This record gives sequence, C-alpha cells and structure tokens, in this order.
Amino acid sequence: QQRTISGTVTGDGASPLIGVSVVLKGTTTATATDVNGQFSLPVTGNTGTLVFSYIGYVTQEVPVGAQSTYNVNLLTDARALDEVVVIGYGTQRREDLSGAISTVGSEDFQQGNVTTPEQLITGKVAGVTITSNGGQPGSGSTIRIRGGASLSASNDPLFVVDGVPLTGNGISGSTNPLSLINPNDIESMTILKDASATAIYGSRASNGVVLITTKKGQSGKPTVNFNSQYIVSNVTKKVDVLGAEEFRAYVNENGTAAQKALLGTANTNWQDEIYQTATGTDNNLSLSGALKNLPYRISAGYLNQEGVLRTDKFQRKSAAISLTPHLLDDHLKVDLNVKGSVTNTRFANQGAIGAAVAFDPTQPVRAENQFGNYFEWVTRDADGKVQLNPNAARNPVALLEQRNDRSEVQRSFGNAQIDYSFHFLPALHANLNLGYDIAKGQGTVFVPAEAAQSFTTAGVNNNYLQRVNNKVLEFYMNYTKDLTGIQSNVNATAGYGYYNNRTKNYFFPSYNANREVIEGSTPLFEFDIPENTLISYYGRLIYTFKDKYTFTGTVRTDGSSRFSPDVRWGLFPSASVAWKIKEEPFLKTVEVLNDLKLRASYGETGQENIGPNYGYQAIYNLSAEASQYQLGNNFYYMYTPEEYDAGIKWEQTATSNLGIDYGFFNNRINGSFDIYKKKTKDLLSVISVPVGSNFSNLLLTNIGNIENRGLEFSINAVPVQKEDLNWSIGFNLTANENKITKLTANEDSSFVGNPAGGISGATGQSIQINSVGYRTYSFFVYKQVYDENGTPLEGVYADLNKDGVINFSDQYRYKAPSPLVTLGFNTQVDYKKWNLSTIMRAYLGNYMYNNISANLGVSRNILNPAGFLGNSTTSFYNSNFVNNQYQSDYYIENASFLRMDNLTLGYNAGKVFNAANLRLSLTCQNVFTVTKYTGVDPEINSGIDNNFYMRPRTFVVGLNLGF
Amino acid sequence: CHEDLDLSPTNATTSAIAYGTPEGYKQVIAKVYGAFALTGSGGPGASDLGGIDAGTSDFLRLYWNSQELTTDEAHIVWNDPGLQDFHNMNWTASNVMLTGLYNRIFFQITMANEFIRESSDAKIGERGITGVDAENIKKYQAEARFLRAYQYWVAMDLFGNPPFITENDPIGKYLPPQIPRAELFKYIESELLAIEPLMVASRQNEYGRADQAAVQALLARLYLNAEVYTGTPRYTEAITYSSKVINSGYSLKSNYRHLFLADNNVNNTETILPINYDGVRTQNWGGTTYLINASINAAMNPGAFGVPNGGWGGVRATKNLPLLFQDYSGNTDKRAMFFVDKLEMDDPSAFSEGPKVTKYRNVTSTGSTAPSANGTWTSTDFPLFRLAEMHLIYAEAVLRGGSGGNMNTAIGYVNALRTRAYGNASGNVTSISTDFILDERGRELYWEGHRRTDLIRYGRFTSGAYLWPWKGGVKAGRAVSDTYRLFPIPATDLISNPNLKQNPGY
Repeated sequence: QQRTISGTVTGDGASPLIGVSVVLKGTTTATATDVNGQFSLPVTGNTGTLVFSYIGYVTQEVPVGAQSTYNVNLLTDARALDEVVVIGYGTQRREDLSGAISTVGSEDFQQGNVTTPEQLITGKVAGVTITSNGGQPGSGSTIRIRGGASLSASNDPLFVVDGVPLTGNGISGSTNPLSLINPNDIESMTILKDASATAIYGSRASNGVVLITTKKGQSGKPTVNFNSQYIVSNVTKKVDVLGAEEFRAYVNENGTAAQKALLGTANTNWQDEIYQTATGTDNNLSLSGALKNLPYRISAGYLNQEGVLRTDKFQRKSAAISLTPHLLDDHLKVDLNVKGSVTNTRFANQGAIGAAVAFDPTQPVRAENQFGNYFEWVTRDADGKVQLNPNAARNPVALLEQRNDRSEVQRSFGNAQIDYSFHFLPALHANLNLGYDIAKGQGTVFVPAEAAQSFTTAGVNNNYLQRVNNKVLEFYMNYTKDLTGIQSNVNATAGYGYYNNRTKNYFFPSYNANREVIEGSTPLFEFDIPENTLISYYGRLIYTFKDKYTFTGTVRTDGSSRFSPDVRWGLFPSASVAWKIKEEPFLKTVEVLNDLKLRASYGETGQENIGPNYGYQAIYNLSAEASQYQLGNNFYYMYTPEEYDAGIKWEQTATSNLGIDYGFFNNRINGSFDIYKKKTKDLLSVISVPVGSNFSNLLLTNIGNIENRGLEFSINAVPVQKEDLNWSIGFNLTANENKITKLTANEDSSFVGNPAGGISGATGQSIQINSVGYRTYSFFVYKQVYDENGTPLEGVYADLNKDGVINFSDQYRYKAPSPLVTLGFNTQVDYKKWNLSTIMRAYLGNYMYNNISANLGVSRNILNPAGFLGNSTTSFYNSNFVNNQYQSDYYIENASFLRMDNLTLGYNAGKVFNAANLRLSLTCQNVFTVTKYTGVDPEINSGIDNNFYMRPRTFVVGLNLGF
Repeated sequence: CHEDLDLSPTNATTSAIAYGTPEGYKQVIAKVYGAFALTGSGGPGASDLGGIDAGTSDFLRLYWNSQELTTDEAHIVWNDPGLQDFHNMNWTASNVMLTGLYNRIFFQITMANEFIRESSDAKIGERGITGVDAENIKKYQAEARFLRAYQYWVAMDLFGNPPFITENDPIGKYLPPQIPRAELFKYIESELLAIEPLMVASRQNEYGRADQAAVQALLARLYLNAEVYTGTPRYTEAITYSSKVINSGYSLKSNYRHLFLADNNVNNTETILPINYDGVRTQNWGGTTYLINASINAAMNPGAFGVPNGGWGGVRATKNLPLLFQDYSGNTDKRAMFFVDKLEMDDPSAFSEGPKVTKYRNVTSTGSTAPSANGTWTSTDFPLFRLAEMHLIYAEAVLRGGSGGNMNTAIGYVNALRTRAYGNASGNVTSISTDFILDERGRELYWEGHRRTDLIRYGRFTSGAYLWPWKGGVKAGRAVSDTYRLFPIPATDLISNPNLKQNPGY
C-alpha cells in the first residue's frame, strides 16, 4: 500500500546535506532534501531501492524495507573525478589535469581559530609548508611551495582571489595583508605547484600560485548560517631563566661588591608579567540564496581577539557580497564580488619578549620614580642626579604599558567578471575581469615623555598613513569543443592582462609626546608614490585525445615596468602531458584499480617581485633633513647618485615534474606521487661589486643559480565506511633539498659565500651563509670542542683547516633551517552525531640557532660589566660560558618536531527549535609538540630563535546554526 | 599602451636635473664632502654601504678604529665582530670593519669621480652655466680631486695596493685595475701638485671646505711617510710643504682644549680641514658622536660631556698614553685629559679599568651644551688637518735629514705647542730627537687618527721594540708579524674583482 517514508541525509561531520537527490530506483518518484537535510517520499510496499546522490559524494543505494525512517550518511567522494578545478583563467575537470595541482575545499579546512586564509590549509597539501610567523593575532605565515626559488627576491607564492592577483605587498598598519580577508568567506583553495600549472602566470609564478575561490550564492531557498566561536589562548612554554633566589645566590657568590649592591629584594617572574590568558570571539553570519536568476551571498564577520602578549589586540570587521546572475539564457554569466574589511590593531611592543627573559628577577615591576613609576636601571652622579643607564635593558612591563601603538586598516577588493558565450557559437566564451584592491592604512604610536624606552626624545607621538590602489584588467577568449569525429577535446584560451600597483606613502615628522617636532625629522617631501605596472599576453591549449591523452601547452609574455625597455619583456612557456593508463584496455578490467594517470611537465616561470621599482634607472636622491652637510655657514641637502644595474631583469625558474595519480577500491584509497626539479638562474642577489664601479659596494643584480629537487607523496584512505561509522585518513610527505650552484660572476672556488641571518647580541654578526654547493642559509659556525664530560670548552674550537690558528677560515657550514622532510597527517572519525578529527605535522632535518641561549646564556649577562644586572637562561649551567660564544655550533640545535596542530570534537545536535540545525564543536589548537629543541618553539622559519612571539595553545568553543 | 611601463620615481631626479643649476652642483659637492661625515643620506639609520651595521659605517669611526685601536692609544671593550682583532693583531681579509672602511674610502672616491665627470668644462658649458658660477664649479672640482687624493692616500697608507678608478672609468660592469703602492704615491703626488694652484687660497674658503693649505698639508704628510710607501725618503719636500702651511696664515688656537669642543667651528684659526658634525642636521652614530659617547659611561656624568642621554662605555686608552705625560693630571700639560680609576687593564672587557680619554666633548667653550636631537648626537667637528701637526712634521723632517729647514726653527715650532700646553715656557725643550717627536705627537695629536701611521714610520707597530698592554692579544703585549703593517684587501673585493691580488702574508 501507499505510504510515506522519510529521513535525514547527512554528509561530512554529520552536517545535513541540502538538495540531495533521492530517487526510487527505476521510477520517476524523486525528491530532494530540504534545508535540514530531510526528505519524505511516497512509496508503495516494502520493495525497491532508494538512490541518494549528491555532487562530490559517493552515491549510495539503500533498499526499502519495512521501516519508515531512512537516515543516510553520504561519504565524500575523496577524489570526485568529475570535480571541476579552478586552474587560472578557467576551469578543468580534475581527471584531465596534467599539472601538479592540489585543491582543498572548505570541508577540509583547518578548524578552530583561523584568522588568516593560508592557515586553512596548513599541513593539508604535500609540497606546501606553511609556518605561522608567531603568536600575534592576525600575523601572517611564511608559505613555501616546494622550497624557495629565490635568495634575495620574494619567495612568497602569488595569491589570486576570484581571478584577481594580489600584489603581496604589505599595507602599513597591518602585520599581514592576507589577514584582511575573512577565511569564512573562502570556498576552496587551489595550489598550483609545477610550471605547467603556474606558467600561465608568467613572471610572478616561480614560487607557485594559490588560487582562492570565495563562496557564492546558491539557487534555492535562502539559507542563513551563523557561526560563533569563543577563543581562549595561553602560552605553552617559557624560556628557562634563573629564578630570583637562584639569581641572588649567584650574584652573591660571584659578583663584585658593586654588583651585589645592585640586587633588589623582589621576586619577579618577568615572563609571567608580560603574558596573559587571551580571549577572543569570532562571529560570522551569512545569508545566501537566489532571487530568481540572481544567486547572492551576503556575509558579515566580527573578530575580536587578544594576544597572549599583554596589550596585543586584533579586531576585524568584514563584509562580503557576491552576486552571480546568469542572463540571456545562461549566455551571460556575471560574477560580482565585493569584500570590505576594517581592522583595528593594537600592537604590543615585542621588545618586551626579550627584555622579560633578560631582566633582573630581583627587581620589582614598580618603583617610585620619574619614569612613570616603573623600575628602571639608573645611575646617580655626584650631585645625586638620577640618570638612566643607556646600556641597560628597560623594564619589560613598562615597554608594554607605556607604548600605545594602534592602527586602522580599511581594505576593499573585488571584481566584476563577465563571461559571455556567443549565441552563434556557444563553445566560444569571452571573459572580462575587472578588479580593484584599495586600502588605507593609518596608525599612531604614543609613548609618554617619562617613559624610559624613549627617553632620548621625550616620548613619541607619531602617525603614519598609506593608501594602496591596485587595478587589474583581464580579458580572455576561450574555445572549448568536443570534436567527437576525431575523439578529441580542445580547450583553447588566449588573453591579455594589465596590472597596475600604486601606493601613496605619506611622510610625517617625528614628534615627542607633547607633539613637538623632533629636530631633524621633518620630511623633505609630503609623500612618495611607488608604482609598478605589468602588461601580459597569454595563451593555453589543452588537447585531449580519446579521453586518455591530454596535452597542455601554455605561453605567457610579460612586460614589467621594473626593468629597462631592453630587457622588459620575458617569455614563459610550458608544456605537459597526461596519460590515463587506467583507460587502456589492459587495465580497464582491473576492478581494484579505478584510476591511474601519469603526468609529465616542463615549464619556465619568472620572478619579477625584486623589491625596487626603479632599480634600472640612474637617479639622484636628495638627503633627509637629518643628513645635511655644513659648508660655510649653510647646511646643504645632499644630492646622492644611487647605485643601479641598468640590465636588471627577472629570475627564471625551469621546473620539470613527473607525477602519478592513483585510486583503488572505488577511490577509497587514492593519492598521488610527484618528483620535481626546479632550477633558478639569474638569481636576484645582492652581491659585492668591485669597489669604484658603482655607487655602493652592494648591488642587487642577476647572478647565481639555485636548485630545488624533491618528491611529494600523498595518500587518502577510508578504512571504515559504514552507516553510523566513517573513518578517513590523509597523509602527505614532502622531501625537498636545495643547493646553490652559482653565486658569483667570476668562478672562484675560494669564495666562501654571502653572509646572511643577522643575530641578536652582536652588531653586524651573522650566523648563516649562502655558499655554492651548499643548502641556502646554511649555518656558518665554529666546531665546538668539548671536554671528556661533554662540557663545551669556552672559546675552544677545532682547527678545521689545520693551519695552527683558529680564525675565520675555521668556520664550517653545519646544517640549515629548512626541513628536509615534512609530513602531514589528518584523520577524522564520524560516529552518528559525533565527529573527532585531528591534524598533525612533522618536520625533519630542520635546524635552529638558539640565539636566546647564545645571547643570554652566559654568566657575563648576569654580572654585566655595564653597571646593571641581567638574567641569563639556565643553559649557562650546562655550558659554563662566561662570555658569549655566538659563532659556536653548540647553539645549532636539531629542531625536528612533531606537532598536533588541531584536535576537534564536533557534535551535530540536529534540528533545534524546529527550525535551525545546530552544530557544536570544541577545538584545541597547538595541542602538543614533540621535539628535542630546547627553546620555546622549534618552528621558526628563519632558523634563528630570537625574541620569538610564541604560538599559544588555543581552545575554541564553536557553535554553528543553519536555517 | 606599452608606454604605461615607463615609470619613474616621484621624488628622485636625474643627473641632468641635479646638475642643472649652480645650486645643484653645490648640493652634489656637499655629498662628496658629506661622505666623510655621514653614514648615508636618509638619516642616522641609513647607510651608503651594505654589509655593515649602518651606524658604524661612517668614515671617521672606521678610520679611527683602524688607526687607534691597533695602537697604544686606544682599547675597546666591545665584542662586535672584528673589533677585538684590532688589539689581537690577527685581522683577516674578512674583517667586517676593515671591509667597511675600504668600501667607505672607495664610496667617497666614486662620489668624487662622478662629480669630476659632471663638472668638466664641456658639461658645464652644455648646461649653460657661465661666469662666477662656472668658476665656483671649477673650484668644487679641484676640491673633489683633493678629497679623492686624500682617500687614495688613506687607501695607500692602510691597504697598500688598492684598485684604481678615476672619472674616466664607467659606472656599471667594470673591473678596476690594481695599482701598486709606489705608483699610487706618484698619482697622489701629481694630483695634489696639479690642484695646488687651482684651489681657493689658504684661509679664503668657506668653513668646512678644503683650501690650498689643505693640499699642502696632505703633501707634507705624504712626504713625511714617503719612505714607508716607496722606499725613498722625501723629507726635504716634507719641510717645504709643512713650511708652506705654517706660513699660510693659520695660527695656533690659544686654548688647546677648545679645539675639541662643540663650537670649534667658530673662530678656529688652527684647523685646516675639519669633518663637520651637527647634532641636529648632520645626525649619525659615528664621528665625534662615537668618540664622545664611547669614551665615557653613565657613571661619568654624560651630561657634562653634552650627551645627557649617552655614555656607551666602550673605548679607553692603554696606560702607555697617559704615561707619555710626566704628569697626566692635566694640571701642568693641559693636553692631558684623562679620567683614571685604575691605570692597569687586568680585565680587558671591563670599561672601568684603564684610563678614560675626555678630549672630545659636546659642550661649547663657554660651557653650554650643544644642540642635539636626542641628547646623544654631537656637534663637535673633527680636525682632519690642523696646524700643530705641521709643526711636528717640520721638526721630524729636519731631524731625519731633510734640507731646507733648520733645527732652531724646528725646536721653536715644538716649543710653540708646549708653551700653549703648559700656559707658559716651563715645558719648553732645548733639544729634540726623533723619539721625542714620536712622544710629542702622542701628546699633541692623540686620538686624532695618526698613531698607527706614526708607529709604522718608527718601526714600532708590529715589532717587539715597543709594546703596550694587550698588543697582540696578551696583557704584556707581544710582537706580531710584519704582515700586519698593511691591512688585507677585503675578501669581498678580491672575489668580485679578479684584477686584485692580496697583500703579502694574508
């Protein structure tokens, strides 16, 4: 008899799936799930089969039985063969890809407190390392796709949001321009890795490309989504320093009478004084739906977060509108996106981090004096006049509390993309994309006159202002056609691009706290307008034969205003092939194997983001007010010729890539394997030029070669796939090694290399070196000699060149900061309404210079000869060093680590209040770290651990309501 | 639409515009001079040079370190890379400070070359500058040649066989040839002789610009040391040119101590060519800011030195310097300006030990503090050439057998300095010897950047004939290899310029 069955369809994380098609197999009886994932369907009797299907999910069949409720959990199709992937100037079916491309969709993003977009994919993609720059809220990350291709030029990938490339330049008042984009508005991120994929972006593509697609409206009833998070963060570890009692004992035992007299009576843990438990909230509301032919999505977000370093605060208000109307019978597709954000930041004085480690624990935070009643190191002259000791460290708490550094950054970017498919020839599309990116960054810094930190100028009361105005115009034609007669598919694109980046920096004098101009600081010019323009032509042909063989060729030519007309235009070609072996007759019948594809590619890309905009021009600059020279009774602003290289041009990187994509057991196991080699030539390097041949001793020019080679492996598996229980695992591995192959114009085997990596403690000293035949930024150190107990002997180093003296030539290259192997692991278990997921990462073979120990871990730091006492790290108990041994390999430590980035427990409460679907989650970020490294955090991109703003451990309670 | 790719900077200009007016020429020559005083053009944190901390990259700080820290006159506490090498006398071609000095020398030479190129008759004519303006520019040009000759002299004195570039060589891809020391001597001599008549007459130029006497003073210095540079003594010419300066109208300032105060730019009859500093308009972390702040610490009442917010506690003398004076209290010989808690330096890293030198101050002769934007930068000018040195060159050249002078005049010149120092004739001498002159140079010219050159001329720089505390890195002092009489050509330049060969021994 006729009856009605019903049920709920859920997807990943037990969230309801809207619009799932439910069909009674072999009939026309069908429906779709509603906004709560529910359906009801009339059936007759107890026979038949229900078919649940949804894009991106594995279709599931359920036999109709006696019961009337059918709750179904659909599994994501891990590979989603039919998925369409954004590839830059168009899209392509995933199965046809011939380049190395990875996509992460919103369902796979890192969860919890994610304030900046790139952190969404940390640990998710082979070949991509993302290292957050520290614990400051809103601070960015260092992103490296297959290692860095450059030395002096930028190693950051190109970010493209909805087809609009971002410049990557900083905005005044913002630690990270990407933090102005609300991660909640992002639908997917696609990473283009090999040259076949990136070369269409030509001279900006050498370090990879990240394509960001933002969320759009969907057809159907309007849906509202509200997402709220409550965030609590704490520091995980403090630098080990002497406690007050220990310190007092040490000084009393070893100090001079004068030093003992300096001891205070307090017991202050300075690190406790500067850090706090930080709280925050993040609320996001979105509305999406369609008004007839006008799909829309409107969203607003408000993030308010403190830093664990006291006085640090980050606030972001953001809004986004997306309209995607289809007009003229779908011949005209318009994609309008406008995003706006306002961030208000208070920047804590990060000098307090180092000061708190090094400040005498026997001194109180407060003391009655003229410095705002913070204890400071002073001297008294014969008349009893109190004077600050200019060499002493400043009170860490005063550094924080007496500096008010605030900024407001407004940014809006957006684009209008109009795609028209010709009525007479629908396979031909014309696509126009107009984009803009404007920002205004401004801020003020105030330090009161009495503050010791700015006593030389009687305080600070400065302001700054910057306006950014970037424009993008892209136009391309695309022709895509199945030529069934010759079993071919052709997808051809040709286009033009115009990119103008213009910034206006306003100049202001420096003021003291009373807003009086500090002498010599009045700027000569009101503003400066650095600007650069890029003009491009590009083309791409994708040819697929018999649905088995895909050939892709791209070519781009870029003209850059950064280079002289003679070398301004560069050509960047690429080619790749893919062979779907699985489609060959000999494999077609192997059922276990459902996908096997071979890929090979080669391409050349460039790097034009060299820093200076006008580096090729011979120019004269006028000196600043503080840099005048007196002749007679007058002071003159000096005209100075600037050094230049008339022939400066882009770096060129040639990349070859071989890859396999595989899938077994109906894709329950799938993944890929790639090996690659990247060779960069004409490396932009700052090198010593022969003195007398230019207007400085250093010059940015194209010299040197570097090589990266590596492999990437990824595997995703679904070991358990049941109605109530689903378990998925993802694992990726990347090995990358770089080597400098050339650095000088003249081959010279005696050239030790270019020093790099300035360290704290000794002016002008560096710990790293770039040398031919070695990894980039290798540590350059003396080999420490130890006694029979394993204690290092102070100042005793191995005579490596055996010439009887220990000097500069005995330094050797020992390890490097970049990891040789990075591993990413993620897993998720869904059980009924619960889900548990985690992400872990490991870096192997990365080394760190423990600058904090090297600088502060000596007894001289306690018994400071400069008339004050300072604390030391406890490492000097092990080393017994009296004086700093900055260049000893004793301080180069293995910083390999395993870190659990994220642990999330989710619960899908289902329908509440008869309307809304409620989901709750609890996330812990930075759960634990396993490492031998003795400092606070083993993950510092530069490999130099100095005053690092540590990553906090963060707990997030999240709530999501959908209706 | 490809012309959109032709962009140019907003505030910078081209050489055509910079040199378009007589005022523009003056602003460029100000840079050629200013390269002495300033680290860069963008304020105290900027530098014309790379590879060295900006604040330490000025000429005087680097030159002074090389000439003084290597001798008995100065010892530094700090541990910055390369600094202690000066005492240990084990510097290498990779020494950051020596590399910085070398680069600074050639930066100023390159600035001078550019100016000389752009101030040729043809270029001035092209730009329509005529008459007095054109004549002034020709004077600037002669001064640029002087400054270049001065820096080539420094390069010859310190590095021996440096690269050689003139206005006839291009900017850009070019490998300068190396010039042997003796040939460089000839070039410097010929340049100075050639520009002597082109310079503004002695005492007739603006303050801070070189005149004829400056050229003659450098010639006198060059000839005094000619035997070191070429193997051939030229004491007769040393007498000729020191006499020319002595008779050029400059006179000794009555109060020795006023030569090193913040108002030493006013009514200064003795200083022939200074490096000019100003605590507001010529801000930098080197020069006299370094000399004044590094030689005192917070416990020495920096306010009294005109640097109320300064006092870095870095440099002091070895005991040998005050012991050159019979009474170093300053009560008899007023040139002795020391602050002594403990004469011996048992712990070379403790600033409290060893005699502090209080010669330079940022206060005026009337006792007021000179302007300073941060209470640390100073306005005291540094005497690069002053008349007293000429007195001593004359006397030494006579003692060493030069002709054209006489012993009585020589003794008179020495006594003129001593009379000023003592305030009366009680310190006057009746006979002099070369050893006496070396000591007298120490007393008169200490901390003015002469010591290393003097000790080399006397054969006492590297040898065991003369020792001072911590010479060669040991407390009692020790002899080191004669290799160290020349500094090495920096490794950075050896690599970028295959025309260069390293000095022997390095």
